[in-house]
Amino acid sequence: MAGKTLYDKIWETHLVKDLGGGTELIYIDLQYIHEVTSPQAFEGLRLSKRKPWRSEANMATPDHNVPTTLSEREQGVEGIVDPVARIQVKSLDANCDEFGINEFTIDDPRHGIVHVIGPEQGRTLPGMTIVCGDSHTSTHGALGALAQGIGTSEVEHVLATQCLQQKKAKNMLIKVNGELSSGVTAKDMVLAIIGEIGTAGGTGYTIEFGGDAIKALSVEGRMTVCNMAIEAGARAGLVAVDDKTIDYVKGRPFAPSGELWDQAVARWHQLHSDDDAVFDKVVELEAADIEPQVSWGTSPEMVVSVNAVVPDPALVENESKRANYQEALKYMDIAPNTPIQEIKLDRVFIGSCTNSRIEDLRAAAAVVKGRKVADNIKEALVVPGSGLVKAQAEQEGLDKIFTEAGLQWREPGCSMCLAMNADQLGEGEHCASTSNRNFEGRQGFGGRTHLVSPAMAAAAAVTGHFIDVRTLSVS
Amino acid sequence: MRKFSNEQGIVIPLDRANVDTDYIIPKQFLKSIKRTGFGKNLFDEARYLDKGLPDEDCSNRPLNTDFVLNQQRYQGGNILLSRENFGCGSSREHAPWALDDYGIHCIIAPSYADIFFNNCFKNGILPVVLKEEIVEVLFQEVFENEGYELEVDLLAQSITKPDGSVIAFNIEEARKNVLLNGLDDISMTLQHADDINAFETRWQQESPWLFS
Ligand code: SF4
Repeated sequence: MAGKTLYDKIWETHLVKDLGGGTELIYIDLQYIHEVTSPQAFEGLRLSKRKPWRSEANMATPDHNVPTTLSEREQGVEGIVDPVARIQVKSLDANCDEFGINEFTIDDPRHGIVHVIGPEQGRTLPGMTIVCGDSHTSTHGALGALAQGIGTSEVEHVLATQCLQQKKAKNMLIKVNGELSSGVTAKDMVLAIIGEIGTAGGTGYTIEFGGDAIKALSVEGRMTVCNMAIEAGARAGLVAVDDKTIDYVKGRPFAPSGELWDQAVARWHQLHSDDDAVFDKVVELEAADIEPQVSWGTSPEMVVSVNAVVPDPALVENESKRANYQEALKYMDIAPNTPIQEIKLDRVFIGSCTNSRIEDLRAAAAVVKGRKVADNIKEALVVPGSGLVKAQAEQEGLDKIFTEAGLQWREPGCSMCLAMNADQLGEGEHCASTSNRNFEGRQGFGGRTHLVSPAMAAAAAVTGHFIDVRTLSVS
Repeated sequence: MRKFSNEQGIVIPLDRANVDTDYIIPKQFLKSIKRTGFGKNLFDEARYLDKGLPDEDCSNRPLNTDFVLNQQRYQGGNILLSRENFGCGSSREHAPWALDDYGIHCIIAPSYADIFFNNCFKNGILPVVLKEEIVEVLFQEVFENEGYELEVDLLAQSITKPDGSVIAFNIEEARKNVLLNGLDDISMTLQHADDINAFETRWQQESPWLFS
C-alpha cells in the first residue's frame, strides 16, 4: 500500500464518522472567530437555543473592521468612529461573553489579525484541524495544521457540533526546488506559483508545499505561502513539520509545556508525507527562476516579474482568457506592453495576514532605511499584524525608520487589505500592496492593487515606482 | 432552510470569468450583523456608478446602464449564467445571501470556487455545473433571444430550454437531498452526538495537549 500524505494523516486522525456518499464528519480542534462572519452564526445558535459544543475550542478577535489610527484606538471599542463598525465589534464582544469564548478584544495588547495572533499565541499547533470564517485560514497550514476557511453557516455548525461535514479533497504537491536568489522572498514564490497554476489550479485540492526552497523558508515565510493557497483555489495549504516548526511553537503562551510538550513533539515529528505517498497532482518549480513579482491585473494569477512588461491580450489565444485580460487592463488603466517599472503609483500598503509579521517589517525597513518616500506617493501605510508585532518592531526601532522616511506607522488590523475601515484607495489610484487580493475595488472603490512582497513595496515607496529591489543597496 | 425543487425564469448572462465574492458583494456591506437585505447591493460596484454605502437607499443611485442587471430584458431574472471559477476569493456567505435576496436561486457555470460552492447549499441555492461548451451555447442563445428562459428541475437533474430540448446535469446525491428537503446540517450532525463524544474521549487521551 502506498504511503500517506500529510493531509491524509491529519484527515484520518480527525475522522468521526463516514456519512456515506463520500461525505465525512471530521472533528475540528480549533475555530478562530472574527467580527464580520460570525454575528449571524451566533444569532443562529440563539434562535435554535443551542450552545457551543466546546467553548474553549474557539478563539476570537475583531480585526477586519477596526480602525488603525491611534486617536481612534486609544479609546478602545468606543473610539471606533464608524457606528456600523462599532456595532459589529461590540456584537462580537457581547457574543463572546454570552457564549464563554476567549476573545482578544480591540484594546488587548495581544490583539491583531486573527491569522497573525493565532500562531503568535501558540493556539495554532501542528496536526490540528482549524477553521475560521475567513478564506485565509489556510495560513495556519504553515505549522502542519489542516486549516480551512468556511462560510458563516459552517461557523455556526462548528460552534454547535465541533465538527464539519466534508468531502476529502485531492492531494497536490507543489515542489519548489533549489534556492531562491537573494532579495526574492516567500511572497514572490507564492505569486509565481499562482501565476503558474492559476487561481483555479488548486480547486478541489489540498496543496502541500515542499522542496528545498520551502524547507529553507522561515515559519513566517511559510505562512505567507500557505496564506495564498486560497488564491490558487485550494482551501488548505500545508507544510511538513520540521525542527523549525517545533522551535517556532516552543514557549508560546498557549503551547503545551513539560511532559505534554514532549508527548506532543513526539507526535508532531510524524507530521510529514511518507516518502512513498502518492499525490494526485505534482507541480515543480525552480526557485532560481523566480524573480521579484508584481501583479498587473485584477486576479492574483495576473502576475509577472518586475523586469517584465504587462502582457498583450492580443497575443492570448484562449478567447475567454483574452477577454479577461482586456477587461483587467481596462480596469487597471494600463496599456498592453507597459513595462512594470513604468506603472504610476499613488499609495503603498505594507500589512495584511500575508505580510505583516516581524520579518516582513524588518525586510521593508531595511529597504526604507536612510531613504524618503517619493513625492508622487500620497500615502504609505505600515500596519503591523498584531500588537505584539508592533511592540517588537518598536523595540527594534523599525517604527522610527518608517516614520523618518515618511511612512505612517499604524495600529494593528486588516486595514487596507480589504478597506472595510477608513484605510482605502481613492478611485483610480494605484497601490503597491503586500496583501493577497487585487480584485476590483478590493482596496477601495475604483482602486487598483498591485501585489508585491514587503521589500518590493518598500522599494516602490522610496522610488515612486516598481523597481527590482535587488538593484537597491539595502542596509 | 428554503427547499429547492424547480426554478423557472429569465436567465441573466454575467459574461465574466473568476467572478469573486468581493465583486458579488463589496466589503462595506459586510458590516451588517443580519443575513438579509443584501440584494440591493448585489454586484454593487458594477451595478451603480457611485460608491455604495451600507444602509443607503439605492433607489436614487446612478445606475451603470451597461451592466447586465440593469438591462430591461433581464429584469426579474432568477437564473444566473456565468463563466469559470465563479465565487472565488473571500469566504463571505454574504455572497449567496445577496444572490438569494435579489431573487437568484440557481447559478449555471462551468466551475466554482470551493467555499462559495459549499455556501450555496447552506442557503437553498443550486449551483449547476455544465461543460464550458454548453455554457458557451447558452450565452449565445441568451444574447440572441430576449426573454430567454430556462426551467431547472433538480429532482430530474435536467434543464429544459425554450425549444424543449433538455440538458442533464450532475449533482452529488447528498447535496441534492439537502436542497430538495431544505435540511438543516446542524440537526443532522447532532444525530451523531454519541459518535462525536466517543471520538472526543479517545482524542483527548491521545492528544491531551489539545484539551489542556
Ligand atoms: S488581512 Fe486581509 S486577507 Fe487577512 S484576514 Fe484580514 S482582510 Fe482577510
